[in-house]
Amino acid sequence: MPVNSTHYLFLSLLLFSIGVMGALMRRNAIIIFMCIELMLNAVNLLLVAFSKIYADANAQLFVFFIMVVAAAEVAVGLAIIVMMYRKVHSVDINILNRLKH
Amino acid sequence: MKAIIATTVFGVIMMFAGLWVNDKKSIAGLATFLFAALLGVTIWDLTTTSVNSPKSLFNDMLRSEHYSLWFNTIMTGCSLLYVLLMGKEVQKVGKYVSEYFALIFFILCGLYLLSMYNNLLMMFIGIEILSIPQYILAGSDKRNLKSSEASLKYFLMGAFSTGILLMGITLLYGAARTFNITEMVTLMHSDALNPLALAGILFIMIAFSFKVSAAPMHMWTPDVYDGSPTVFTAFMATVVKSAAFFAFLRLFQVSFNSLSEHWVMVLAIITAATLLVGNVTAVFQQSVKRMLAYSSIAQAGFMLFAVLAVNAVAWQGIIIYAVAYSVATIGIFAVLVKLKDYTYDGFNGLAQREPLLAFVTTIFLFSLAGIPLTGGFMAKYYVLLAVVQQGQLMWLVIFALLMAAISVYYYFRVIIAMYFKAGTPEISSPVTGGDKFMLVVTCALVILLGVLPQLFLTKV
Repeated sequence: MPVNSTHYLFLSLLLFSIGVMGALMRRNAIIIFMCIELMLNAVNLLLVAFSKIYADANAQLFVFFIMVVAAAEVAVGLAIIVMMYRKVHSVDINILNRLKH
Repeated sequence: MKAIIATTVFGVIMMFAGLWVNDKKSIAGLATFLFAALLGVTIWDLTTTSVNSPKSLFNDMLRSEHYSLWFNTIMTGCSLLYVLLMGKEVQKVGKYVSEYFALIFFILCGLYLLSMYNNLLMMFIGIEILSIPQYILAGSDKRNLKSSEASLKYFLMGAFSTGILLMGITLLYGAARTFNITEMVTLMHSDALNPLALAGILFIMIAFSFKVSAAPMHMWTPDVYDGSPTVFTAFMATVVKSAAFFAFLRLFQVSFNSLSEHWVMVLAIITAATLLVGNVTAVFQQSVKRMLAYSSIAQAGFMLFAVLAVNAVAWQGIIIYAVAYSVATIGIFAVLVKLKDYTYDGFNGLAQREPLLAFVTTIFLFSLAGIPLTGGFMAKYYVLLAVVQQGQLMWLVIFALLMAAISVYYYFRVIIAMYFKAGTPEISSPVTGGDKFMLVVTCALVILLGVLPQLFLTKV
């Protein structure tokens, strides 16, 4: 069976959905973060697939930008998580409910 | 384009200033000077671009239309006003004052990209440059657990919405085969509408709703705005939100204008939900800071009207709304940071102790509630006019007017506390003559906007 654009589309949508479900259901900040990275990588996969199918390098360029921005986000995000961990000795996001009153 | 370079350079200068200058006051002074210089650069940009021929920059990545440059100038002006009003409070947040100002410069760089982008790549980068410094600013009060929590929550929500935005962009690319938003129009219009394009528009709409805190993607807003240091909440709720709205409007006007029958109903329902949730929940708040967070959701509902109306008045509407809402909200936050107690009771008897403060607060609240002769009234008038001219969605306009009536209740509760309740408000920092002068200037701006809104629209 030849692999065509639909297969790539469904694969990355599947990965994306796994990422979304994980981000919504898990309680550990690090795992939520990893799930968000999975969402971004699903997008990267789809962009590369489109790039190959349409023979257009713009999409691959976009992938590089997503990687760079994701790295910047990781730098800030991990620092925030570490800051939080130092205070409450936990990365469980249930503590975020404390803000509600 | 000069403004993008200038703001980046100024941000770097601020970071280095932190290395060599230890005095917080001189750092704040330098920042104020650089913001004024930046305003000069944006005006230079504005005057050197002709009204009718937009300049295409960086291989058509950016396009500097006149209204974009005008929006840049106005928002830089609001940032300058913000620094003049709250520069002193920024110094109190923590040790790293120069970094806070540097991050605000970087946020402005994101704002400029978002107002001029002509390519989805630039939109994505703009949104990230706008968001990432905000995660840091939200958590800048490191001694305070609430600030760290706000930062973490904002970060997780922001990163999640970025993922959704990227998926939307990718699906749109799959349909249109280009990231250029002006080329996209013809390509999507040429053949029967691709389901990929529809899904992409929906994803992008959801991601933007996250960024502008429209219901039902607004859950993070009250917690983040409440937990962040008050000075930075003031910036996040005004300039940054306006930038996100401008980007939202730009994409939907330029690219998806001709497809409006496919998405307008979804956005109308989001707008109605935003107005309902923002206004009704604000009524039940005990803290003024939290009430302002819900009020910012309610105001976002009104700004969504500009996105809903796909016509020329929408541009005027978003610009006048952005400036009226930003100026009034910055003003009210400038008063709020002076108080120790953020509950309604904290405002009791303010009129006796600080009559001028109470008076300007009243004007700002009038503006937010949309009372005539203030900027808020003209802003609401223009965005609603845009939708009325479109000729559909009249039910939504009537609903918005009803909701505006509800908003009067919670805004006026503050005024009642200030003027009709006895008490001695605790002031956390002395109100100097300079503060009073700046507050009166802000107040004058609010009234000027209400009386002569054309002044702010001549360039559109």
